[in-house]
Amino acid sequence: MEPLTAELRKFITDNFLFGDASDAFVFSDDDSFQERGIVDSTGILELVCHIQEQYAITIEDEELVPDNLDSLLKVARFIERKRREFPRAAASAH
Amino acid sequence: MPRTAGLRAASVVRLWRQLCYGSSDVCGIAGIAAANGDVIDPDRLADMIAMLAHRGPDGCGMHVEPSIGLAHARLSIIDLAGGAQPMSNEDGSLWITFNGEIFNYVELRDDLTRKGHRFRTRSDTEAILHLYEEEGADAVRKLNGQWALGIWDARTRTLFLSRDRVGVRPLFYTVTARRLLFASEIKALFAHPDVSRELDPHGLDNIFTFWTTLPPRTAFKAVRELPPGHSLLWRDGRCTLTAHWRPTFAPSADARRTEDEWTEQLEEALSAATRIRLRSDVPVGAYLSGGLDSSLVATLAAREMGTPPRTFSIAFDDPEFDESFHQRHIAKALGADHQELRCSHEEITRIFPDVVWHAETPLLRTAPAPLFLLSKFVRDAGYKVVLTGEGADEVFGGYAIFKEAKIRRFWSKFPASPRRASLLARLYPFMPNLQRQSAAFRSAFFHVTTDDLAHPCFSHLPRWRLTSRLKLFFSDAMRSAVSGYDSYADVTARLPPEYLSWDYLTQSQYLEMAHLLPGYILSSQGDRVAMAHGVESRFPFLDPDVVAFGSTLPPGLKLRRLDEKYLLKRLARAIVPTPVWRRSKQPYRAPGSKSFFARQPNGYVDDLLSSAQVRRDGVFNPRAVRLLVQKFRDGRAIGEKDDMALVGVISTQLVIDRFVNNFKVIHGTPYRRTAQIHHG
Repeated sequence: MEPLTAELRKFITDNFLFGDASDAFVFSDDDSFQERGIVDSTGILELVCHIQEQYAITIEDEELVPDNLDSLLKVARFIERKRREFPRAAASAH
Repeated sequence: MPRTAGLRAASVVRLWRQLCYGSSDVCGIAGIAAANGDVIDPDRLADMIAMLAHRGPDGCGMHVEPSIGLAHARLSIIDLAGGAQPMSNEDGSLWITFNGEIFNYVELRDDLTRKGHRFRTRSDTEAILHLYEEEGADAVRKLNGQWALGIWDARTRTLFLSRDRVGVRPLFYTVTARRLLFASEIKALFAHPDVSRELDPHGLDNIFTFWTTLPPRTAFKAVRELPPGHSLLWRDGRCTLTAHWRPTFAPSADARRTEDEWTEQLEEALSAATRIRLRSDVPVGAYLSGGLDSSLVATLAAREMGTPPRTFSIAFDDPEFDESFHQRHIAKALGADHQELRCSHEEITRIFPDVVWHAETPLLRTAPAPLFLLSKFVRDAGYKVVLTGEGADEVFGGYAIFKEAKIRRFWSKFPASPRRASLLARLYPFMPNLQRQSAAFRSAFFHVTTDDLAHPCFSHLPRWRLTSRLKLFFSDAMRSAVSGYDSYADVTARLPPEYLSWDYLTQSQYLEMAHLLPGYILSSQGDRVAMAHGVESRFPFLDPDVVAFGSTLPPGLKLRRLDEKYLLKRLARAIVPTPVWRRSKQPYRAPGSKSFFARQPNGYVDDLLSSAQVRRDGVFNPRAVRLLVQKFRDGRAIGEKDDMALVGVISTQLVIDRFVNNFKVIHGTPYRRTAQIHHG
């Protein structure tokens, strides 16, 4: 899980915070992206594109919910779960 | 009515006079006032007015005497032969330099003539002078028009500056070493060597929150903007600022009025507003956006003129933004001679530096650029004056943000309502990314907290917060310069005392009318890009009687459930010859950041965004800008925020390049050879 959250953290920091790691934007693995203003509603779509491309998993419309995508941990768990469900696709991504 | 000021009449020293019809462009004013009777250097004043040559191609004049220098660059629209400025009263005790149009000048002149004033010209300028003789600073309360003006009263040694109610015409000033300098545009102030061109971090903080500064603040530390609806008196080195008008609302308590009666009154007020805006000695055209407001204005103009006005519109290669089908449809229904200018991504990139030069402020949207091209197109077609539909959304409740606030309040009362997300999707049909989002995230984005509900600017918080996120790109130095400054607190502190007694829709309307309308719509998308090519825009919806009528409307006649501009649509149904009211509200938008990466390499964009340049200029964090650019190059940027960030960074870098690092003064040319100078 740790390499996964680290990779996601880098993506989020570069893509939504444009490299800003100052105190104002320090976020924990549990922090809500929406509540902290880290990822806005359009940003969620960018995050979804990234996950689909990077981890070769397909995300269904009904899976686009805060429970799956609103914190680093939630995203990492969601990816892990999808990988378990579709191990072949996930393996081919690496 | 002559005054007996004991001054000798200004002797007119005719140095040069030439009508420069061949130059590209409209009215601009400038002036210098000095305490102690100091001499004004005419060369400095000539430098200032020369920077405004694009605003006044038809002639230029200066009046200089101890303590005061006034200059004027003229676009001739009314009294082509007799309206030269600066203009004095009969005994030379009052001198005026004036930019704009006073539409009720005919009625004012008749009234003043009855009171014994003698007129030498047919110009609206002279009507202001005589009215000022009669009523002093209160004169501006009787004006129906759009103005920025300076009047020097030699008897009291007072300079009076004034700006129209809603801020159609710009006016900036700076106070330096017992002098006050003023001008239509900031670049004219910068032509004076005593004026600093340093950026104001708080001004930038405002822009990266509200899209505009909160006046009198501007993007530059030394420069103040005379707020809309304000006048300024300068005497002995001291300034007094007073409001002669501000938006206010008092919904009518007359419950007996029927919708038919309201519609009839609206038609009457709008027709009168259009009629007096057709007063001109040159032909008047009309812009057609494809929407309700401009269609209504063009229809009323056709009715008043007895023939359709010539119409102009902007079309886009990019179908996401193009409304040409609707524009042509309306023009055809009106029987208008219609001309359309097609705009590409490349064209926006090419002219964007010129747009920023004229806007004189960082921009978060490219939308002023196509309007800049359109004004050139109109001027090339031989037109100097156009009617447009701006103001209708503010006065009659048209903006999506009004509906959005209504929905958010509804949610706060009924958090479990299953209609929440679908309502939001309906609100922004023109935003494909919003349509693609899941209902859960749409709801989360527009989530309402108790604190937000209690905030007086509730309706605008989501927009301001989204824009504020762009401050993420500020450098450490900028962050430090704005630390401790709270733009939200600043805007809240300016709310009028009766604000909280207004209904929620009215509060939102006030915020639009007080800030975005003058600070962006009428300036960056209005005066500045139109005047860049010598075109004057006129706004029937912003006529004081129409605005006053709108302010008495019950909220349900503006926003009925989620149907915007209810009463205006009712009128359109009765008179516009095509069912434009059936279209869902489509705000004017232009292709944004895509434009800047449409072609590689992209010249000035690469230079301005290079890490070395960004670091040197100091406003933004070079790494953040590099990551943003990379995101665009990779095609990963899809959101509004990234779009605004890129346009904001490029335009700010352009402001720094043109106004701070490489500002060039046009020393007295072209007017050195063309001006008429009066020496007192």
